[in-house]
Amino acid sequence: MAATHPLHARLQREATAESVFRWATLCSAALVLLLLAGVLTSLAYGAWPALKTFGWGFLSTEVWNPVTEKFGALAPIYGTVITSFIAMLIAIPVAFGIAVFLTETCPQWLRTPIGIAIELLAAIPSIVFGIWGLFILAPILQQHVQPWLIEHVGPLPIVGALFQGAPYGIGLLTAGLVLAIMVLPFITAVMREVFQMTPTSIKEAAYAAGATQWEVIWDIVFPWSRAGMVGGIMLGLGRALGETMAVTFVVGNAHRISTSLIAPGTTIAASIANEFAEAVGDLYTSALMALGLILFVLTFAVIAGARLLLLRLERGATRRYA
Amino acid sequence: MTRVLRRRQFMSALALGISMLATILGLVTLGAIVWTLMVQGFSGLSLNVFTQMTPAPQSPGGGLLNAIFGSVLMTAIGIGLGAPLGMLAGTYLAEYGRGNRFTSIVRFINDVLLSAPSIVIGLFVYTVVVARVHHYSALAGAIALGIIALPVIVRTTEDMLRLVPKSMREGSAALGAQPWRTVTSVVYPAARSGLVTGVLLAVARISGETAPLLFTALGNQFWSSDLLGPMANLPAVIFQFAMSPYENWQVLAWSGALLITLFVLLLSIIARSIGALFGTVQRGST
Repeated sequence: MAATHPLHARLQREATAESVFRWATLCSAALVLLLLAGVLTSLAYGAWPALKTFGWGFLSTEVWNPVTEKFGALAPIYGTVITSFIAMLIAIPVAFGIAVFLTETCPQWLRTPIGIAIELLAAIPSIVFGIWGLFILAPILQQHVQPWLIEHVGPLPIVGALFQGAPYGIGLLTAGLVLAIMVLPFITAVMREVFQMTPTSIKEAAYAAGATQWEVIWDIVFPWSRAGMVGGIMLGLGRALGETMAVTFVVGNAHRISTSLIAPGTTIAASIANEFAEAVGDLYTSALMALGLILFVLTFAVIAGARLLLLRLERGATRRYA
Repeated sequence: MTRVLRRRQFMSALALGISMLATILGLVTLGAIVWTLMVQGFSGLSLNVFTQMTPAPQSPGGGLLNAIFGSVLMTAIGIGLGAPLGMLAGTYLAEYGRGNRFTSIVRFINDVLLSAPSIVIGLFVYTVVVARVHHYSALAGAIALGIIALPVIVRTTEDMLRLVPKSMREGSAALGAQPWRTVTSVVYPAARSGLVTGVLLAVARISGETAPLLFTALGNQFWSSDLLGPMANLPAVIFQFAMSPYENWQVLAWSGALLITLFVLLLSIIARSIGALFGTVQRGST
């Protein structure tokens, strides 16, 4: 009798809907994991012919010759590391300065507008930075900055090796500069957020003990937010390593390694973006896939490390205030 | 004693002065980029940009109509794929799986995918879609964009659902509602503006993406509405035109870059305002 009751049927329907919905959400969540596995597997699958042919030598060979089908990843890896290093070298101190200014010295009424502006700038598509680098920054560097560097810094011992050759405008240095400008808003936003997490009471205690404003920043805020800052910097680094469009325009796309920073070079992402659609032959495509695999593993390690750091920090913070 | 104090104060002023210079330097540089973009972009912007197809090199006139259409279409399909799946996944993380181990793993991997290089997603879609059917297609481009949108939506959905007070869920459960009905009839409406913000941010994120489209949707000189064939899209056109030696192409590249930037900024501002509104409603209700 109960089975024929309309309410019973309704409850049955609800229960079915419940299990369907629950299952759908679970599957979607599992899809995220599947996606990661899929990306890794497909890249490894695509990269296999090249890795089998060249072995570990792939990582340490500079040659990149589609005609003779000899491929090595050293030049793109070198370019990726150098451009990201230049970007970090410039972006970290500037971002630190901006974050200090925004949280400590900036007048109250100006904080929100500048903060919002920086967050909006972080949303600008990277291709805009690339096109700006190509049409505006590169000519300026070529006509004014690089000739000076070549003439005055070039002859110096050791440092001079970094500025040899003709002023092309485009090259590793230009790519590093564009990357620095691109990751600047991002790193600044994270640093600012972390700085604001420092409890006011501790800062006030330091002021009460007679510390100057800078001493409070350097000895109180800085140690307090070190882990978060490192996390933010590593996230920025992850971006810089994998960034494609901002770099492809200005790096010069030359598969060679030069100690000179003003010489054209290439990065992993730029090589893939430039050559993949036109790559003929299975080995060529596979070599580019192998580059993609290297890039993915590299950025995965950096980003995962950053996230773990930030995660631990978050947990620590909730424990501290709980 | 006073000398030490004076030195400390000098050091402080010096350091803070340098930080102010850093701010000026950073803002001026970023401002210069936006300024150049405006000047160059607007100078080439005319009605033609919206009504004509991409031109041949060095031929007068022409616009970006086919590219704009392709971008809008692929972004829409990408969001259509990414948003429902992302919301369901976010719902699992915030509701059913709250606190379990699987949830923390998924959340972690999602956060990593959030910042993974987009060109690698392009390679992935190339391998599983383009290489299988042996031709480039707009659909493959849309799938790549959907994959990039997914982690953004998973993240914002989870964050927004977590903001909904537990008491509302308990009230619904006390009336005899199954969890799914609580989620769809109580939690989703309560978090609606937050969910919309998440989708807007995802649209902003994927509409400027270039790298994953280069070898999925490829590009097309002509008008095409065939989802299974190569299709023009703004980012790829900007890339191709900016790298070319032809002046009329370069002008159009700037205009295209301006259009994308304005669109992304507009979306970000709308998302921010909705978010701010949502935040005050939340605070007001608790």
